[in-house]
Amino acid sequence: MKDINISELERKFQEKIDKDIKIEPKDWMPDDYRQTLIRQISQHAHSEIVGMLPEGNWITRAPNLRRKAVLLAKVQDEAGHGLYLYSSVETLGANREETIDDLHSGKAKYSSIFNYPTVSWADMGAIGWLVDGAAIMNQVPLCRCSYGPYARAMVRVCKEESFHQRQGFEIMAQLAKGTPVQKEMAQDALNRFWWPSLMMFGPNDAESKHTAQSVKWKIKRHTNDELRQMFVDATVPQAELIGLTIPDKDLKFNEETGHYESGAINWDEFWEVVKGNGPCNKDRVDTRRKAKEDGMWVVEAANAYAEKRNRRKSA
Amino acid sequence: MSKKEWPLWEIFIRSKAGLNHKHVGSLRAADAEMAVENGRDVYTRRSEGISIWAVESKDVYASDPTEADSLFEPSDSKVYRHPTFYDVPDGISHM
Amino acid sequence: MSALFEYIIRLGDDSLILGHRMSEWCGHGPILEEDIAMTNIALDLVGQATSLLNYAGDVEGNGRDGDKLAFLRYDREYKNTLLVEQPNGDFGTTIMRQFLFDAYRKPLFEKLQNSADKQLSAIAEKSLKETKYHLKHSAEWVIRLGDGTEESHQRIQESLNTLWRYSSELFYTDEVDAELLSQGIITDIAEVRAEWEVTVKNVFEEATLHIPTNNWKQEGGRKGMHSENMGFILAELQYMQRAYPNMEW
Repeated sequence: MKDINISELERKFQEKIDKDIKIEPKDWMPDDYRQTLIRQISQHAHSEIVGMLPEGNWITRAPNLRRKAVLLAKVQDEAGHGLYLYSSVETLGANREETIDDLHSGKAKYSSIFNYPTVSWADMGAIGWLVDGAAIMNQVPLCRCSYGPYARAMVRVCKEESFHQRQGFEIMAQLAKGTPVQKEMAQDALNRFWWPSLMMFGPNDAESKHTAQSVKWKIKRHTNDELRQMFVDATVPQAELIGLTIPDKDLKFNEETGHYESGAINWDEFWEVVKGNGPCNKDRVDTRRKAKEDGMWVVEAANAYAEKRNRRKSA
Repeated sequence: MSKKEWPLWEIFIRSKAGLNHKHVGSLRAADAEMAVENGRDVYTRRSEGISIWAVESKDVYASDPTEADSLFEPSDSKVYRHPTFYDVPDGISHM
Repeated sequence: MSALFEYIIRLGDDSLILGHRMSEWCGHGPILEEDIAMTNIALDLVGQATSLLNYAGDVEGNGRDGDKLAFLRYDREYKNTLLVEQPNGDFGTTIMRQFLFDAYRKPLFEKLQNSADKQLSAIAEKSLKETKYHLKHSAEWVIRLGDGTEESHQRIQESLNTLWRYSSELFYTDEVDAELLSQGIITDIAEVRAEWEVTVKNVFEEATLHIPTNNWKQEGGRKGMHSENMGFILAELQYMQRAYPNMEW
């Protein structure tokens, strides 16, 4: 009897999804849907937060006051975006601090791109242009995701992120038209961030275990390869425009399809970085863990004070 | 180590004078003052608001979605509550 | 060098260096919401530094703009107080440093709003709005930490003990101030100090903190004599401009 009810609920649930009716926190949803969302949204939130570090690294060294303010505002936005996303994870019954502890214990993943180091100012340009550019490709379709709180958070994120890619491209364009040493700095950053940016879309469709179900549930609206292609098609002409070279000797434009064809991605590197063997995995997670541990006394103090004050009020 | 976290608050923002406060999301804060300040820092970085309400999430009592049919559908058939239900002869412009 | 230039540099450098310190927190805050709040303060301070140093450049009239002044002076030419260059320490130390500073800056900007110098008064008016919020934020935190747990009370009392010796320099005056006072550009710093003392006393009382009895003072920043911290701050702040001179970014 119970089984019949569940399959009926599941049928109605899928019907809503097919009709593009949003699912809201208190609505019935299959457990797998809930778990998939918790995993995906918290991973996304972790990526925003860990993503603060490679750029945060350059705030005190920004070359002028305008760039400093822009970079601060951008990294701050990432904290905000992490927060919007944790806020939507909590609507699914997950607890924010527990999901953060999963990040710190290595149980939860985040975008591997942030395990690469930022070694020059040009990396601030490359990250804004390429990493945020790739992120936007991923995120724009998520504004129509079937889960209401996630979709609404993404609308806000996408609106705010529109300046992120522009400021990165502006940095790169400025360097590319600068002195030879600046142009070289820009090209070097592009060389290092190009391939990891392509990897941000995840494994090829054939290898991706979550895609089919997620597409059916409208948690995901395009496959990894589709999004990657959109990114390459959008980005290659931008590089040409500012006179930088995409570090892919096999890259060519296919007149018939109207798309660029990329060379082979080094998936071994991708999986190694995912497993924890990237240049900065340990640093990034250690840094975040330390921030939380160092802040525990502050959290406790604020709680203690709030309790004291409530007691005094009611006394 | 996560047992001591701050309570969750729902944040509502009035975007400009004359409009309602609208739910924008949640955040964590130890007390009401902090909830409003965090709401300011988190949700109005781009001049999105001129007023903030913070309500502790546990104090929000929500309708049950499984009762949505009986709560909300009965009003669907009461079309006479809408002005478009009525015929107004041609020549009458403001009514 | 005019007194007005020197005075604006002092104000601007306080914002610049404290903004630098505050920005070091970005990504490392005790909790996400507070990380965002501290970055907002850093952004306000960087914004103030930009307006003030640009204006200092205009007053000087030698073609230096805010960036040239922020990134290309020698350490002795920075005139910020020693307080703002002190290391972040734990969150409580950062909050205490900010509170001591905000409690001074708020009455200062209030008075400067009425400055005979129109540009300075305009900058003060805008900065005052920001500073009022900073003070509310830092004062509330001093109270929470002071009257929070035993650990937090001890920690923030310790921060106060360490930072107290740098607070008197906020009210440092010399011939620069005397000249501007006579021109109606600034008011007597004693008025600012009186307000500061009231704010500090009230907040510490509520926070159950004790003002240190050790009144030995550390000064020097206003004259360009800094602590060991300053060289490291400038090494980061100036890194790009020094390593890659004469380039546009």
